[in-house]
Amino acid sequence: MTEQIDKALAREYEAGFVSAVESETFEPGLDEDVIRRISEVKGEPEWMLEWRLNAFRVWQEMEEPDWAHVSYPKIDFQAVSYYSAPKSMKDKPKSLDEVDPELLRTYEKLGIPLVEQQMLAGVAVDAVFDSVSVVTTFREKLEEAGVIFCPISEALHKYPDLVKKYLGSVVPTKDNFFAALNCAVFTDGSFVYIPKGTRCPMELSTYFRINEQNTGQFERTLIIADEGSYVSYLEGCTAPQRDENQLHAAVVELVAMDDAEIKYSTVQNWYPGDEEGKGGIYNFVTKRGVCHTNAKISWTQVETGSSVTWKYPSCVLKGDNSVGEFYSVALTRGRQQADTGTKMIHIGKNTKSTIISKGISAGKSNNAYRGLVRMNPGAEGARNFTQCDSLLIGDQCGAHTFPYVESRNPSAIVEHEATTSKVSDDQMFLCRQRGVDPEKAVSMIVNGFCKEVFKELPMEFAVEAGKLLEISLEGSVG
Amino acid sequence: MSNENTLLSIKDLHASVEEKNILKGLNLDIKPGEVHAIMGPNGAGKSTTGYVLSGRDGYEVDSGSVTLDGEDLLEMEVEDRARAGLFLAFQYPVEIPGVSNLEFLKVAVDSQREARGEEALTSAEFLKMAKEACKQVNLPVSFLKRGVNEGFSGGEKKRNEIMQMMLLQPKLCILDETDSGLDIDAMQVVANGVNSQRSPERSFIVVTHYQRLLDYIKPDFVHVLADGKIVKSGDASLAKELEEQGYAWLQTEPTEDELED
Repeated sequence: MTEQIDKALAREYEAGFVSAVESETFEPGLDEDVIRRISEVKGEPEWMLEWRLNAFRVWQEMEEPDWAHVSYPKIDFQAVSYYSAPKSMKDKPKSLDEVDPELLRTYEKLGIPLVEQQMLAGVAVDAVFDSVSVVTTFREKLEEAGVIFCPISEALHKYPDLVKKYLGSVVPTKDNFFAALNCAVFTDGSFVYIPKGTRCPMELSTYFRINEQNTGQFERTLIIADEGSYVSYLEGCTAPQRDENQLHAAVVELVAMDDAEIKYSTVQNWYPGDEEGKGGIYNFVTKRGVCHTNAKISWTQVETGSSVTWKYPSCVLKGDNSVGEFYSVALTRGRQQADTGTKMIHIGKNTKSTIISKGISAGKSNNAYRGLVRMNPGAEGARNFTQCDSLLIGDQCGAHTFPYVESRNPSAIVEHEATTSKVSDDQMFLCRQRGVDPEKAVSMIVNGFCKEVFKELPMEFAVEAGKLLEISLEGSVG
Repeated sequence: MSNENTLLSIKDLHASVEEKNILKGLNLDIKPGEVHAIMGPNGAGKSTTGYVLSGRDGYEVDSGSVTLDGEDLLEMEVEDRARAGLFLAFQYPVEIPGVSNLEFLKVAVDSQREARGEEALTSAEFLKMAKEACKQVNLPVSFLKRGVNEGFSGGEKKRNEIMQMMLLQPKLCILDETDSGLDIDAMQVVANGVNSQRSPERSFIVVTHYQRLLDYIKPDFVHVLADGKIVKSGDASLAKELEEQGYAWLQTEPTEDELED
């Protein structure tokens, strides 16, 4: 049965094509000069360069973490190129008509048409290609509502005070090895500001695409929801199929002011490598949000790609009555390795957090949930509920759960539930005996397993996520 | 003897589980519309017969042949046998958490219709059919929204099996000890469901350990399976005889294995 599954799980990675775009790419290597050049091509203010250089010095003093349940050869950070941008973007196209059609075609092929008339009316998109943002749609409509949605490189010029105030305020430079690296070399990403009392009129989304060989993508996203505002933000990612591993080290910072709410959803589909584990993206991401009084941050992620994933979207529940949520589906197959989970740091009184994690392992993959729930001394009446479920397909994969609880307040309540189950022969036989294809049966069983998380995704994404799981499991025979 | 008018034809079937011979020369012909009861002691191969016919992994056919509607059943994949009209009602229906009964049934019915080159039903059409089937087996419509068999009682699971049968409209239904664990009331509901589905085009194999189910589902033929083959066949009166005298008088030698319950 296992052999059949392995064979059957072999599937085409649909986003694995390469776009024929002429790029300006830095020579591999990293030193202060490279950082100066990045800052220069971006035309950044002096303080930003200093900030980067400081981060670089901090990073050089740091050790690459090795506590995660993943193994990969040591990364040679000097073999990576830290900047690559389509040449056509040099002239800074002012409208869609001026954008290289090949770039537009790339996104169209990925199912993300950037021509506004063709798009889902309710979603604005920032399209990031390697190190630059290509297009941000629906900007005028958003501006009417006072919402700022633009590439972070542009925000540096237009809204320097906001960027300066909040950049690094949630994830400090020293936070961890990969975050420090990102601070030094980040190239682009999205910037969002929702004014007081505003409900963002549409879903915002960023679509990240790595195209160039041997380059890393280091994006930086900063979302600020001012008092009483609401925004739902979606993030998607893909990369071409290559034999070499590529590095993706992003930082996402969310700030939810008093009474604000941020809903952040990710469908991560970076190239996962082939059956033998050759190639694929190393996905080392730091995502964190801070909640002020009565604020709420909800992370929902569907992780199906990358050869190695190291990612813990977290909430710092600083204000009283603030709420943090983490809903996750992580699917690993082939030789993929995922170590993902969350941190819920309860600081304020009556803060609440919910963690629902669904890990699905197939093939020879390894899937770990790692989560920390910390109740600080002042977290009077705080509550956490954690549920971690693992589903195994076949008998050569691994599922691991590493829950950490630190409670320093006796009134705080922490609940943890965990289950491990298998797609059983009985379930497969029932489905097939009723006339259902084995592939469809597996995807139906897996989708059922993930239901609690999928219902948290915005409609358009829920459909995409369901499809993605179906593609990921295509040909799977139980 | 098989002829054009035979739905299922089993010839000298030998099958094993984990290298243990269970079926040792099974012969059985079933015509459209007939109801055959298979009775017999524990370990005789009753459940194995259902699993072998439906093609379950781990049930190896060593020799013999089986045709359904003249087609070689043993060459087909599990799902293709189902699409060809074979339905197995499970003795212990399994749960599929998070997959609603309605979704599961729709996917199953769609898969079978597609395989037959028929148009898919609209959600509204299907819902109407499913609600009607619920009513027939006395299950509240709310069961359609619940996960497949998730938290169902034993009786509810069995009624759910019959509901699936009603929606899939198979040619051959194998009921594997559907009466086990049911009280008289539940058994009657199940039997009524089955009887409502009897038609000249549909045949049944009713596998049971006890005669009492056959008070409700009247078989045309009763076969006694012992040590992997049919040792006696008769009409409904044979079941009565078995009830009174047990199986011992039929056995020439004791059953070798207790693999089945």
